[in-house]
Parts: sequence; structure tokens; C-alpha cells
Amino acid sequence: MRMAVDDQHLAVAAAHGDSEAFSALLGRHYDRVFALAFRLTGQRAEAEDLTQDICAALPDKMTNYQPSARFTTWLYRVVVNAAHDRRRRAVTRTKAASGWGDWEVDRQAAIAETNDQLDWLTRAMRALPDDLRDTLALILDDVTHADASEILGVSPGTISWRVSEAKKHLRALKQQEDAS
Amino acid sequence: MSDPFDDFDDLKAAMQAATPAPNVARKAENIALAEKNFATRQETARQPRFTSDRPKQGLFRGVISMLNSISTRHALTATTAIVAIGLFVYLPTLQQGPTPVTLTEAETRSRLAVDDQIAQAAQQEAEETDALSGQLVEPLAEIAASPMADIAATRPAALEPMAGVLAPPSATKRMLAPPPPGYDNRDQFALPEVDTEAYPEAEPNALKITTEESVSTFSIDVDTASYAILRSSLNAGQLPNPEQVRIEEMVNYFPYDYTAPLDELPFSSRATVIDTPWNSETQLVHIALQGQKPALDARPPLNLVFLIDTSGSMDERNKLPLLKQSFQLMLAQLRPEDKVAIVTYAGSAGQVLDPTPASDRATIMAALDKLDAGGSTAGQAGLQQAYATAEAMTEEGDVSRIILATDGDFNVGIDDPDELEDFIARKRQTGTYLSVLGFGRGNLDDATMQALAQNGNGQAAYIDTLSEAQKTLVDQLGGALFPIANDVKIQVEFNPAQIAEYRLIGYETRALNREDFNNDRVDAGEIGAGHAVTALYEVTPVGSPARLSDPLRYQAAEVTSVSEEYGFLRLRYKRPGEETSALIETPILPGGDATSDMQFAAAIAGFGQLLQNSPYLGNWSYTQAIDLANAAKGEDAFGYRAQAVQLMRLADTLSQ
Repeated sequence: MRMAVDDQHLAVAAAHGDSEAFSALLGRHYDRVFALAFRLTGQRAEAEDLTQDICAALPDKMTNYQPSARFTTWLYRVVVNAAHDRRRRAVTRTKAASGWGDWEVDRQAAIAETNDQLDWLTRAMRALPDDLRDTLALILDDVTHADASEILGVSPGTISWRVSEAKKHLRALKQQEDAS
Repeated sequence: MSDPFDDFDDLKAAMQAATPAPNVARKAENIALAEKNFATRQETARQPRFTSDRPKQGLFRGVISMLNSISTRHALTATTAIVAIGLFVYLPTLQQGPTPVTLTEAETRSRLAVDDQIAQAAQQEAEETDALSGQLVEPLAEIAASPMADIAATRPAALEPMAGVLAPPSATKRMLAPPPPGYDNRDQFALPEVDTEAYPEAEPNALKITTEESVSTFSIDVDTASYAILRSSLNAGQLPNPEQVRIEEMVNYFPYDYTAPLDELPFSSRATVIDTPWNSETQLVHIALQGQKPALDARPPLNLVFLIDTSGSMDERNKLPLLKQSFQLMLAQLRPEDKVAIVTYAGSAGQVLDPTPASDRATIMAALDKLDAGGSTAGQAGLQQAYATAEAMTEEGDVSRIILATDGDFNVGIDDPDELEDFIARKRQTGTYLSVLGFGRGNLDDATMQALAQNGNGQAAYIDTLSEAQKTLVDQLGGALFPIANDVKIQVEFNPAQIAEYRLIGYETRALNREDFNNDRVDAGEIGAGHAVTALYEVTPVGSPARLSDPLRYQAAEVTSVSEEYGFLRLRYKRPGEETSALIETPILPGGDATSDMQFAAAIAGFGQLLQNSPYLGNWSYTQAIDLANAAKGEDAFGYRAQAVQLMRLADTLSQ
């Protein structure tokens, strides 16, 4: 029965405290959230943690849901913002941890090693500047330019520019890689 | 080899392959966590507080909720920021921080709550973050700086519906009003006005000085939605927002018995100068257009395409069921040679009923009855199909009209309103008319409705009760469905020798440029059979003590005319199907007699300005509006005017 109801409707119900609607909605979109989280972070563990952050905060965010927004668009915005917050905190941590010496060096090396085993695209995505990666992750998830501009809070023109810029970056990386 | 970067599908596929599936155990854990938090949140938010009681507990939690409700985006950082300020800068910074434009009672209380509790909470947080705090001071302070600025920018926007109401008493009333259904679980900081209704932003017309700008141009408007919207607000015990009030739609809601046109003209036009009820030193120029009364027997066959929004949100008593009843009322009025088709839109658009003669009522009724709400709204796909159906149905001499019934969402398909308008404007050339009927409240996109109807040569009406459906669809079947003149524009040139200042009351969303008047390619409003259209100017004669602007000292206005005329009224219109417009010209002469129709129109215009908190009314109040409207009620066969007086009384009570 619930599956027949559209997202907007469930979301409105959830915003008004319907826990069944909230569960149905989350069950429906969890994988999508995780996939986007992975594309935004480029690391599986990081994506799992980000998804957990989002799950923890979602009940609070839910009350702000406005039915004028398409639910997936709204949800993507939540994910993108959570990813930004996480990055900001990561910067803080890195700053705080910059003096920790060998332990951190070892850890970074271990991470680099894992990176080599990843496929080319994931590594390339990770090498992109944050704003290009966010844009590309959304566009590759079949989000329209208009929606992406709404999610990221920039103009549609900026989105188009970023997509072409991201393509340029990827192409350059590929050439570099092929050459070496 | 092809370049994979130009082909997005390749990249997409690669990305799909690279994305791992979520860990099943983590997924279960995360979902459980979310559900637990959801349940906790419901408990803490269970008791909404819309009263003026001081909260007994959980003050700091209230502050967090307030920040959350301000903006999702900055919620996380904002709370961090508050803690950071509490920790390291303490109160002085908070007090010097950005002050919101309007502090409501509830907000002031919440600020007090902050003052009371912040020290305690900060201390508590400090213990928890003790270990890290030394290293985190600097970055946190950095973070703290930016979200606060963001909040400052966000807050006035969040408060806009309240800030728009300039009169503080009504703002307070709003806060104290009982929560509307559906918001029961929101905490006390949720403003009751947080629905997603959208209204066109238009400031009331300003006073114009005749010597500086003697010509005023606008398009006529036969929409009535604004009146029905404010009626539903007032009946719900709330004063409408000033931006919901469009005076021309209020005035034109009522049928008037203006002089019928001569045989060859589609409508009559008349300008009369009467006294201004709210200012004895100014006068009103009352412009009345009266369309030919519908000769229903001789009307051409009609093709109607009902385009019905069946999205999930339509599943409410006052939406889809009311819509079905309304259409059934209208069906009874159609003639056997008329044809009806039904297209629905929700997720995917579909034709529910092929064009069917109106005589086959059973089939049409059955198709209407089967309509069910569900799915999201794809307004544009449905529109395309409706236009295609209407075009296929049209035969020589027919009138085709799409009647779009929606609760206001067009959130799939063309989501750019401009593009949607363009689409409809292009379709208008094919001769198919579009009317928009709005149902239900809370989600109504009045701005889009207006834009669609205006671009589609149609009428926008808001239907909140069956009697409103009766008025829009049955009593005015002729007017609503048979256009007799298209692109009707009004231009008034005032005579600076007689008129010092003038002000058009209403028609803000219909203003045209002076040069648009003679440009037949510029779209304007339509008059249907039997429609009456009223426009009012308040004019200040030269030498009147009510004049608000002083005459210039150095640039004495060159007044060459010695005419007695107040001004000159020009009208342009096209007959349906014609490309070039015809012109009607009439001088505006002083000293007219006010009929009760004119007085009633003036009373309604005054009522609308009271709702807008207009500065031009002086001490004129609802009491005088009620007296004037009561005296000018006339025959009032349908009881519309009596209802208007009732609404004035309601507004009077609510505004005190």
C-alpha cells in the first residue's frame, strides 16, 4: 500500500510525525543516498560514515521539508550539505592533527596504497576539485542541470561550466595516465 | 576510439559499476538509528506551544530547534557556532550579533531563553569537549563567523510573511492563533505561515503626478481568484496577507448591471466620475466595461478538455471530490452538440475520456467518478496532451477551451515557470483557450496560476466551496467559456489642467507600457460574454487640498489644454480570431451620478485597500466600508454582495 504513495506525500506525512512514512521513505532511498555519498567522498568507509551522519540528522531535517520541493531534490541537498559539513570538519581535524608525526604519515601511506587498487574513475573523481566532483556526482546520477543548480545553490550556467570543466579534468588525467 | 568524456552514458555506466553496494549490516544499523531519532524527536516535539506561556523546560532544546527551522543547510554548523561563541566569546558577541528585522514576541522570549541558559549549556558542552578544545579554538571560531552571517541573511527571509504584515497587532494575532491542522507537531518556533503558497509580488500602484506622467495603461482582468482566496483566509480566522489581495479581482468578482452594449460592439464602455468614499477632496473615475449578454441559444458548439491534476495532494475533501461535483454541475449546463474530453496528469499524463458528446452524460460521469488521486504532478506533459486533444476536437466555428484544475503544483516536467508560460503563449496562437481553476489551500501556486491563465487567454478562479463552483462554472458559463473580445487594453490620459494626481486602484499585475497599447502583438486580458469589468482611479483635482505633492516652483507645468475633461479613455480590443485591434475612445467628464453598482465597487475597492493597509484611506475604516456596501447592495440576486459585507465584518473583527 505504502509503495503506491509518492515520495512527496510520504515526506509530508513524515514531516508531520508519521514514523511509518518516514521508515518507508528511508527504506526506499537509502541506497540512493549511499551511492551519492560514495560519489561525493570517493571512499567506501567515508561514505558509510556520511550516510550514518545523514540518517542520524534526517529526522530533524525532515520537519523542514516543504512539499514544493521534489523529495529526491531535497534529499540530495541534504546529502550534499552533510558532505560539505564533513569535509569542513575533516579540514579542521587535519589542521589539528598536522603535528602528530609518523602515525599520520603511515596512515596516509596506507590510504594511498588502497587507492591504487581502486578503479581509475573513482581515483579520477577523487582528484577533482570538490565543487567539480559534487556537480559531476549529481549529473552522473541523472540529476538535471536545473535540479543540480538548486541542490548546490548555484546558477544553471555554473553547473554547465562545471560539467565541461570536470570533463576537461578527467580527459587530462586519462591522458596523463595513458602516457605514463 | 571514441572519447568517453563526450559520451555521458559511458561515464554513467562506469560510475554505476564503480559504486559499491552499501554494507547490509551498516544499512540496518543506520536505518535503525534514524528511526530511533525520529521517534525521540516526535516525543520532544509532542507539545507545541502556540500560547504565550513561558516554557517550563527544555529551553536550550528550543533554541536548537529554532536554528534548525531557520535553515537546514546551516543547522549543523550553526549550533556549533552558537556553542563556539558561548565558549570563547561568551555573551557580548551574541548580543552585538545581527538583530532580526522584526522581533516577534515568541522570538524575544527565545532570546531571553538563550540568555538564561547559554552559560549553563556552554559549561556542559565545555566539559564534553574539554579534551579537544585547545586545538579546536581557532578553526571553530572561523566556522562560527561565517554561519552567523548566513543566519543573518536567512532570517529576514524566513520571517518575510510576517514582516510583510506591517501592522504589529495582526502579526501578534497570527502567532497566537491556534495551529493550522498538519502543523501540530512542529515546535513553537514554526511560524504558522510556512505553507508553500506563492503569490505574485506587486506593490500597490503608487500615486502619479499628472504633469510628469499623464498616461496610464493596463490590461483588463476578469480573474476572481484573489477574492475567493481572501474569503477562505477570513473564514479560517486569519487576515489575508497584503500580497494575496488583488483589488481588481475583488471588484470584478461581483456581477454588475452596467449598460448593455449597442448591437455592433462586443462590449460597452463608460467612464463616470463619482465621489471618493474615503476622501471628500478627491474623486473616483469609474470605468465600466459590459460584455454582450450571452445569447446562449445561438452560441457555437463548445469543446471542453478537462485537464485534471490527480497528484497525491489532490486527495482531500476540498480538492478532487469538490472538483468532481463542480464539473458535474457544469455538465448539466452543456448542450448535446458540445464535446468533453478528460486528461489527467500525475506522474504520467493520460487521457481518461476520449472526446465524448455532452449528451452522453453517463459515460462522462463514470469517467469523472473513476478519477483517483496518486502520484506526483507533471503539469506540462498533461498540458501538451490536453492541447493536442483540444486541437484534434476543434472543427470550424467551434470554441475550444482547456479547463485546468489543480491545487497548484507543477513540479515535474518544465519546472521553469517562464518556459511553461512560453509554451502556453505559443499554444494560444492555435485558438485554444486555457482557464485555470485552483482548489484547496496550503500548496496553491497563485502566481503560476495567474501567469498560466493570463498567457493562455483565460480566467483564473479559485474554488473553495460548491457555491463558488456554481458561480464560476454555471452562473457564468457563458462568460467563462465564450470570449467576445481578446486583448482588451485600457489607456487613460489625464488632463493636467484638471487633474493634479491620479492613482490606479489595483491592476498591479496587469500594468502595460504606454507603447504596448497600440502594439497588437502585446497580449492582454479577455472579456467573456456577459462579463462586466470595472477599473477605478482615484484622482485629485487641481486645487484640491488633498493634493499630496507640491507644485514645482521652477518648472511650471506647461498646461496648454483648457478643456473641462478630466481625461480621455481609450480602449483597444480584438474580436476573437482577428489580428488587428479596434479602438474605442471616450472623454472622461466630471459630474457623473453614482449608481449603486458603482458605489458597491468603490466599497469593495476600499475594503481591498484596508486589507492592504493602504496609506491613502485616512481614517476610513471597515465600519464605513460596511455601511457603504450595505447601502449599495441593490438586488443581489445571488447573495454575493451580502457575503462580501459579512467578510468585511469578519475582517473588521480580526483586525482589532
